[in-house]
Parts: sequence; C-alpha cells; structure tokens
Amino acid sequence: MLQPTDKLTIAGREFSSRLMVGTGKYASMEQMVRAITASGAEIITVAVRRVNISDRSKESLLDYIDLKKYTLLPNTAGCYTADDAIRTCRLAREAGLSEFVKLEVLGDEKTLFPDNEELLKAAKVLVKEGFTVLPYTSDDPIVCKKLEDIGCAAVMPLGAPIGSGLGIRNPYNIRIILETVSVPVIVDAGVGTASDAAIAMELGCEGVLMNTGISGAKDPVAMAEAMNLAVRAGRLAYLAGRIPKKLYATASSPIEGIVT
Amino acid sequence: MLIFVNGEPQTIEPTTLLGYLDALAIDPRQVAVELNLDILPKSLYAVTHLKDGDRIEIVHFVGGG
Repeated sequence: MLQPTDKLTIAGREFSSRLMVGTGKYASMEQMVRAITASGAEIITVAVRRVNISDRSKESLLDYIDLKKYTLLPNTAGCYTADDAIRTCRLAREAGLSEFVKLEVLGDEKTLFPDNEELLKAAKVLVKEGFTVLPYTSDDPIVCKKLEDIGCAAVMPLGAPIGSGLGIRNPYNIRIILETVSVPVIVDAGVGTASDAAIAMELGCEGVLMNTGISGAKDPVAMAEAMNLAVRAGRLAYLAGRIPKKLYATASSPIEGIVT
Repeated sequence: MLIFVNGEPQTIEPTTLLGYLDALAIDPRQVAVELNLDILPKSLYAVTHLKDGDRIEIVHFVGGG
C-alpha cells in the first residue's frame, strides 16, 4: 500500500495523486469529467483562449469542473515567444486567481519541442512576478538545472513529443535530471499507455502529466483508470526498491534437499 | 461607438465592461480581460466605461493539455 503520507509537494502545496491530466480533445464534457474522476488526478491542465463572442452557445469548461476539488494548471500552449507566454500567464492568473502555470514555449510546429531559450527568458520574468512556474522542457539536465536555479517549482521534461505516445524515449536523461535537480521532476508529454507512466514513476519521477494518452484512447475513461493504477504502481515499485538486473539466473528455490 | 473585441470590430452603445459582458451572457468570474493591452482587475469591471476605439481581449479556460 502507498502510505497516505506519500504526497507530491509543489511549492508547499500537497497532493495525494501524482498524475496530472489535461482537459483537451474529449468527445464531450461528460466524458472528460468521467475520465478525470477515474484518473484520480487533483491537478488538471487547461488552455487559455479567446471567448467566442459571436457564438455564445458553446459550453464553458469551468461549468464542469469543481474548483474546490481540483487545482487548475493553465498552460501557455501555442505560444512561440516568451512575451506571448508571459501575457498568457498573466491572463490565466486573472481568470483563475491562482499562481500555478504550466509554462510552455514552443519552438517548432512539427515537433512541438520547447524553445528553451525563450522558456528560460519567460520563466525568469514569471518567477519574479510571483508565479508558481511548472515548465515543460526538453529532457535536458542542463536546461532543467537552469530552470531550477531561476526558481521554477518543478521541472517537466518531455518523455517524447506531445501527443506522440512514444513513451519515455530517453530514460537515462530522466535519471540524470533526477540526480541534477532537487525540485520535483514530472514527466510531461509522450505517454502512450499505462506502462509508460509506470516507467516514469519507477525511475523516481515525482509525477506524470498527460492528455492525449487518455483522451485519445478508444475508451478514455478506462485508460484514465489504467493510468491512475500505473502511476501508483510505478511509485510503489520505486519506493519498494527493485532488484538489480543480472545477466544470469539466481534460483528462487533452495539448492539443498533436492530429490536425487 | 466602435470597439475591438478579440480582434473583431463591434459597434456598441455606451456601457461599462461589466454591462458589455452581461449583454453577451459572459460570467465575469470565468474570464480575464485585457483593456488596451493591460489586464483589468475584476474589481474594476463595473466602473470601467468603454471608450471609442478600445481594444479588448476576453479570454477563458478551454480544454487543453
């Protein structure tokens, strides 16, 4: 059993769940709500977009999310410059009245890889303005260290490109990042199925963030539950301490007393 | 008078920002507003009178990852 004392702490706030989920690309708001519930997540990401003023028939996301139960993590998805990301964070803070932001500054439309130069620039400004900055970054230990030094509350290296479902492509880099920084390391992006999430947690990551891995599954609600279990299983395995890998066998049964 | 909302020209009668949001059935608690590139605190919505040529951005949260 995971101990109830095993909490994820970000900027002094404690969370029981180590899974963070997105709210994008669901078939309906109802399906999104059921998937979030099944995931057990307490932190959920949202995007900041213009209100459609010509068509007011669209449903509002916040009508479906209980803000007493969930911590919103607004993102800066779609921003390609530090200035745009900073502007979006300021708007998000005013809309949500919370300091938490998932900072992403993209460098390229095809890969959606981060532009780390702009990311560092934006992080500096936002930390100074009192934001709790959770940056989506490359799986680069040097960049992660710089983000920590700036004052980010966590680092969120990608496992693989956003929405790719390729899993943790460079577990060795994630391990080095874990040894390099002391803020929580949360794998963000790339998780395709439950075992990917478990691997991230077994490496010792503090959490996993995903959206498409759940919303894009054939049955998003079932996948959300699978991810919930995988993150907990991975965390438990990490805490339990796995056996070392060896090339040859070691017998599990006694050698003595074999009938000959 | 003419104002620009989310990049679109809009002809409106004189009103406050809160009055404008109400007319569009927008819940002021769920949005953030930029007036001429400066964020307007929610406490000022009711006392901010819109002026000809104002540029307003109204944003809210949508699904995203």
